[in-house]
Amino acid sequence: MARIIVVTSGKGGVGKTTTSAALGAGLARAGYSTAVVDFDVGLRNLDLVMGCERRVVYDFINVINGDANLNQALVKDKRVEGLHVLPASQTRDKDALSEAGVADVLDALRERFDYIVCDSPAGIERGAALAMYHADDAVVVTNPEVSSVRDSDRVLGLLASKTKRAEEGREPVTEYLLLTRYSPARVDKGEMLSHEDVHEILSIPLLGVIPESEAVLNASNAGVPVVLESDTDAGQAYNDAVARYLGEERAHRFLDEKKGLLGRLFGS
Amino acid sequence: MSFLDYFRSQKKRSAAVAKERLQIIVAHERGQRGGPDYLPMMQDELLQVIRRYVDVGDDAVRLQVDRDGDYEVLELNVTLPEGSHSPVSAGEP
Repeated sequence: MARIIVVTSGKGGVGKTTTSAALGAGLARAGYSTAVVDFDVGLRNLDLVMGCERRVVYDFINVINGDANLNQALVKDKRVEGLHVLPASQTRDKDALSEAGVADVLDALRERFDYIVCDSPAGIERGAALAMYHADDAVVVTNPEVSSVRDSDRVLGLLASKTKRAEEGREPVTEYLLLTRYSPARVDKGEMLSHEDVHEILSIPLLGVIPESEAVLNASNAGVPVVLESDTDAGQAYNDAVARYLGEERAHRFLDEKKGLLGRLFGS
Repeated sequence: MSFLDYFRSQKKRSAAVAKERLQIIVAHERGQRGGPDYLPMMQDELLQVIRRYVDVGDDAVRLQVDRDGDYEVLELNVTLPEGSHSPVSAGEP
């Protein structure tokens, strides 16, 4: 049975698209056929982060309107077998994403894929609401920073009340916390909320902690999902998160600062 | 604990402040979230009624719905200003 995962956050710029690309690529690499769907109508970017922007012909709205079928619109990833991208439309008409249309496309994707990753736009408006509505699981991307944590809590409230699962009184959406842009050095100094702090406030299981890393920008510059950069800290952290999502138990790495001799002498 | 911590602990760490502020605002917002839709309107009307008698600020009335098993408890908190014993003159006939 296919599962729909929404990658959401409320706040913008916390790493939803980076996470969607990484999660999609990681699931596909683990052998599951996966589609990553960009819900950010008007601000298509998933294609760019995943490096398939020049092969986009049709988009999500084209499929909803019947201008193209799903096969024509899905862009096949060239690196990972079984990974596909459904790009968002660049239209400025936000209403183009109709509720019935989204439901139909997701139903069709369920038939073909093991996992469908929905990359939510920022905010809690229509696009974000549609991205989460059909979700079975939610990855709430949060930065260790006050506005992001507050927005994440708001989004958790919506996941509990405004999703199809909530409306039908089924088992609630399974929520996971993914902490990104984490800086262990600043946490050590008491300048940044720790993963325990954020976990305590939001009280949902921690899927992973992605360290603040140059690798993320380097990967998006190149159009490569960062999870495929296996020799980088962020790539490994995402890989661990994907493994945990798939039920594997893995210890959290990258929670401590790498310390040199001086750090060990003078640090706490 | 290294000797540098002695200097660091001079002022409250910013992360601790952030956590405290978040816990308060998140608890407050969760309290409102679970409640019925009419809550903000009721809060507003209560404020107007109280203002007929006492001059209070916009945040004087706090409503919170708590769940305890099968029943809900509506908690109403009104903060009166100091020396609020005399009625507002505008409220007099």
